[in-house]
Amino acid sequence: MSSDPPPDLPLNPDSSPRPDSSSPARDRSRSRAELDTPELELGWRERELEQELPELRLVAVQVRVARPGSLTGRSPAGIEHRLHELSNRFRGARAVAVRREPVPAAYRVFFRHIGLDPDVVRTPIEAMALERMLRGGFLPGGMLEDVLLIALMDTGVPVWALDSETVNGPLGIRSSGEGEPLGRSAGATPLPAGRLVVADASAALAVLFGELAAGHEAKASTSRLTLFAIQVAGVPSLYVEEALWMSRAALEQP
Amino acid sequence: MTQSGFVIDRDRPLEIGEKDAAATDGRPVELEIGVGEREVRKALRRQIARLERESSAIVANGFPHISPAAAEMPEVCGGEVGGGPCLLTLAELERLRDRLAGHTQNLRRLAAERVEHERRARELLDGMKLEPGRYKFVRLPVRDLGEGGCGVWHVRPRLGLIGMLAGWWHVKLSSGCPLPEGPRVRAAPVSLSRCPTSESA
Repeated sequence: MSSDPPPDLPLNPDSSPRPDSSSPARDRSRSRAELDTPELELGWRERELEQELPELRLVAVQVRVARPGSLTGRSPAGIEHRLHELSNRFRGARAVAVRREPVPAAYRVFFRHIGLDPDVVRTPIEAMALERMLRGGFLPGGMLEDVLLIALMDTGVPVWALDSETVNGPLGIRSSGEGEPLGRSAGATPLPAGRLVVADASAALAVLFGELAAGHEAKASTSRLTLFAIQVAGVPSLYVEEALWMSRAALEQP
Repeated sequence: MTQSGFVIDRDRPLEIGEKDAAATDGRPVELEIGVGEREVRKALRRQIARLERESSAIVANGFPHISPAAAEMPEVCGGEVGGGPCLLTLAELERLRDRLAGHTQNLRRLAAERVEHERRARELLDGMKLEPGRYKFVRLPVRDLGEGGCGVWHVRPRLGLIGMLAGWWHVKLSSGCPLPEGPRVRAAPVSLSRCPTSESA
């Protein structure tokens, strides 16, 4: 799907202000918008980010897990079969050429823009391609992990999952404050000032394209998930929506 | 920046500022300088995007002769190596652009060297085919020609020793990569003494 992207579909941002539930010190845009499909939510952005990187967007969706069994346990046969198919389709030649495909290339460029070297901190799809080459296939790693991996490999768009019970309000992207903890747990890692994070109304929950905060990841018995994807310049909205829909459909299927 | 043909109008914010300074008390000037700087940062990001795409294309086309590992550069966030994602300042963007330009230049040089290497290899192969007697026992791997696989062009005497003495040389292409499981194992003769006899069973 990532070889030839269709024209971009606008995300329909609605600039209506959302209730002020965050610290007033942060100057962030209050826009929380609904997408074409009402279940998908467009996250808010700090005002500075909005001006500097206007095409950076966070898109989230709520999922009620209906699949029986643990989220970290073995995937159903259908998902494992799909992983096996993907492993067969994804070979060395594509692993090298993936950096030239439009969607992965857009993430590489964005990594450069935010100070990451994509040859050191690999973009999600390139990290998975490397894993595929090293391990000889996409090995099953638990139902949620497998579902997110399939979405990533099919669309090129990475999707992350948070436990909805630990999320306070809508998600958005902002810069961290000096020493701000990553997550709400007691031993949370302090962040340096200016780190780009995915946050809810009161705390940073993940480093952008990085680790999720401890205590906010999906657990084996989590029943409600918040899936989110990061859209950057050059990635059509259709791809982002498709990645989220694929993941949601796979998890909500009883 | 000259390497990729981009020019940044560094004076632009000042021009805007000068225009406004004459008419206002200085506050809008700061605003305009901010806007001008943002435009410069935007231009730098466009240049970085173009350089990144170019270096990716060179690596993808030149792999495995041009390795992506040769392209690693330290991260620039806050001037520290190993930092995370952040909004880069104008100076950091400039530094990144310059390093990326240097790196892309390096990749272009490697790609040009590779093209030259393959051109010389093709010339050598043409010579080997035209006058094999002048290139006795020369071996030329197909990888040097930019082709995949493990084949080797080899100038060898026809009919072994007879050809060597008679001056009959020809070019052979040995093809195929070694089998992953190694040389074929010859079946050992079955020792009849180890077979269970009907009596012992």
